[in-house]
Amino acid sequence: MSFTDREWWGLIHGMGLGSLFLIAFAGGLAGLYSLRPEWVTAEGVVERVRRLKVGVVTMAATAWLTVITGTWIVYPWYRESPAGDDFAGCAGLSIPDASTCSPRDFLLSDVSGDTTDWHHFGMEWKEHVAWISPILATVVAFIVVYYGTNLIRHQRVRRTAITLYVAAFGFAAIAGAFGAFITKVAPVK
Amino acid sequence: MTDNTPEVHEQLRGIEFADKPEGPIAAAIVAGGVGAAALGLFTTLAEASTDIKDWLNWNDDVGPLSGKTIMAVIVWLVAWAILHAIYRGKPYETRRAFTIALVLVGLGVLGTFPTFFQAFTAD
Repeated sequence: MSFTDREWWGLIHGMGLGSLFLIAFAGGLAGLYSLRPEWVTAEGVVERVRRLKVGVVTMAATAWLTVITGTWIVYPWYRESPAGDDFAGCAGLSIPDASTCSPRDFLLSDVSGDTTDWHHFGMEWKEHVAWISPILATVVAFIVVYYGTNLIRHQRVRRTAITLYVAAFGFAAIAGAFGAFITKVAPVK
Repeated sequence: MTDNTPEVHEQLRGIEFADKPEGPIAAAIVAGGVGAAALGLFTTLAEASTDIKDWLNWNDDVGPLSGKTIMAVIVWLVAWAILHAIYRGKPYETRRAFTIALVLVGLGVLGTFPTFFQAFTAD
């Protein structure tokens, strides 16, 4: 019962940071949603805003760590090309093999069914669109840290922050879903 | 612009608010859109031109994605710094900034959508 280094990094990138991202998003969203004049007291608002700041900053930091580990650590293993131009190294395989057939080679070779679009559409979209998430999450973190309790009396700004926050999550969800699907078909080993 | 109905005013009594202009928020929101649009632009340009793709190949292991993402982050941060300097003391409302950002993010998503950028693939 063990994992290779590559599998560990895949887990850290997808499950570890992904889970933390999800928790931070849920906490941040609940905090932003409930920041309404009729739901807060003078005593409670300071603690509530402090908690909100922790949530949105954690989500932004997690989003950055996720795209950085994904792009600079896991993705290079995905896109190696040991199989050659004709993908001969993938012949007869049912999953990728680090020494002869990378996940990208495996998907493009079609040796295990019609898998080309997992790369041409799924991976191509995932690897790019994911980077919009930390940018938008950082914008929301800035708004919350900068404006603080003012979000309670400026409801339009609060609603704008919620929309950007959900958008940041949505882009990460697209990337995360395709990451999970592609890992199912062609895991980084 | 604050929500100034009598009920809200009463409910907010006792809460301390720092007086801060909305300009820096608008600047951050627009800059976020600029960053997303830049990512879409570099993604599409790299597909359309092998010269640009090669130029963006800043790291052989990561490939052109390295240059696309680093350039998008640089454009975003530079745009944020400039917009922040312009709007930091101004009561610029976020409504218009948000609309601009939504359009820019939409362009960013379009530029990173494979069916779109692969239509420009260089021969």
